[in-house]
Amino acid sequence: MSDVRELYQTVILDHNKRPRNRRKPDGANRMAQGYNPLCGDRVTVYLRMAGDVVEDAGFEGSGCAISTASASMMTDLLKGRTRAEAEALFERFHDLVTGPPVGELPADPALGKLAVFSGVREFPARVKCATLVWHAMRSALHAEDEAIVSTE
Amino acid sequence: MSPGAGLDVKRLREDFPILHTTARGRPLVYLDNAATTQKPRAVIDALVRYYERDNANVHRGVHELSERATLAYEAARAKVRRLLNAREDREIVFVRGTTEAINLVAQSFGRSRVGPGDEVLVTGMEHHSNIVPWQLLCQERGARLRVLPIDDAGELALDELDELLGPRTRLLALVHVSNALGTVNPVRDIVAAAHARGVPVLVDGAQAVAHGPVDVQALGCDFYAFSGHKLYGPTGIGVLWARAELLEAMPPWQGGGDMIASVSFEKTTYNVIPYKFEAGTPHVAGAIGLGAAIDYLEAVGLERVAAWEAELLRHAVEALEALPQVRLVGTARERAAVVSFLVDGVHPHDVGTILDQEGIAIRTGHHCAQPVMDRFGIPATARASFGLYNDHEEVEALVRALHRVFEVFA
Repeated sequence: MSDVRELYQTVILDHNKRPRNRRKPDGANRMAQGYNPLCGDRVTVYLRMAGDVVEDAGFEGSGCAISTASASMMTDLLKGRTRAEAEALFERFHDLVTGPPVGELPADPALGKLAVFSGVREFPARVKCATLVWHAMRSALHAEDEAIVSTE
Repeated sequence: MSPGAGLDVKRLREDFPILHTTARGRPLVYLDNAATTQKPRAVIDALVRYYERDNANVHRGVHELSERATLAYEAARAKVRRLLNAREDREIVFVRGTTEAINLVAQSFGRSRVGPGDEVLVTGMEHHSNIVPWQLLCQERGARLRVLPIDDAGELALDELDELLGPRTRLLALVHVSNALGTVNPVRDIVAAAHARGVPVLVDGAQAVAHGPVDVQALGCDFYAFSGHKLYGPTGIGVLWARAELLEAMPPWQGGGDMIASVSFEKTTYNVIPYKFEAGTPHVAGAIGLGAAIDYLEAVGLERVAAWEAELLRHAVEALEALPQVRLVGTARERAAVVSFLVDGVHPHDVGTILDQEGIAIRTGHHCAQPVMDRFGIPATARASFGLYNDHEEVEALVRALHRVFEVFA
């Protein structure tokens, strides 16, 4: 039996309680919505891109602890990244939460604190909660205007 | 002294094999009965017995197996008639479930009766399955979907009913018992009001039939739909009941075998009801399993089930109201044993995950009733729903697990 504390680690609970970047950044020029039809949760991701670089990132919407913490930590991590780096982070995060439940994977240094989401892979029903905002982010990267993505 | 005392729940639990398994390494506490109910041994055995001894297509062969399968299938229809106190067996149409029953009425009755400018009235507490079929119909026919709202307690705003039942209203479709809030609607009074305006009424009974006696003649409605799997029966089988004269006047819905009297390329004549609405090989095993579930429920006694579940509801409401972190959603005076709730500062999905780790199965989400969630300004709720085999100890287990939620999210 997996312990529920492996999912709800302190860092996740902290970001859920005090989400970072829950705002629309000034001068945001990219936006996309994510919708999880399973729970009805919606999240909007905003990016301010300067050329190829994410200068600022934020989000709006409310969801479960997993999705809120994921949004909070993702937007922190994105700032200053190029589009290609952000795409690569999407892939790495996706692998982290959907990979096989191996005990001690070497931590992916690129993801930093987001390693705490590795517990999600033990809870298949919650993977979408973690990845919703990432899908929205990727959609925002490609968006000229607003776009809506679904995790389905 | 307790009204449910006539029910020997400890013994009844022995009839349900799954209740003696574990979930996440703990004894299963199954509180998701509004989603689907568990199956007693009698239902499981009926399915196995049918496939081992009687399996054949129905209404066709002259051979012994086909005769036996047909008899068993038609016997199940008679059991449904008895359960609903319908007048005649031929008023019972076997379908896949409540959803298919409603779609049948929308596509057959609806398309022949609803035209441009007409109205279909639903209520604000419907499951998506009693909204979307009418939306599709209204879009196709240029008709208008109107909605009887609900109040803060989760009761229908009946004072608005008369105004909404207009000269263009062609049908009222409403839920008997709300899956999201537990509200039991005063169907009999509502039907009387609708009939006074000449408006036929469809009742979605998915959450009602397994939790107390239902009498379609006493309710006075015109259509009644339910699903076998919420009645301790198999999935994939359900029932549409309609008054015979309505079924006879309705055009066929799906075409195929069994629903015809004769077919040529020039002209096809249709079979009599209910077969006119049962195209193709039906879910014979499912119907037989449903019949077994009805036998089981009637042996237990639906009055006693209702009394026992009312006792569990009282216990659950009292226990949850005593927790300052918990807020109940839906506080109607007449309620079924369905408790929707929110935990302060904790999303229902997180509540559900932590309860699951304690072996407790509840539903979290919008319960396929997004308009209900919108009405209360919330995205989702956690929902505990009870069945005849739940007991007081399981209510206590729920409360203990909620303390674990408070602890993790302290």
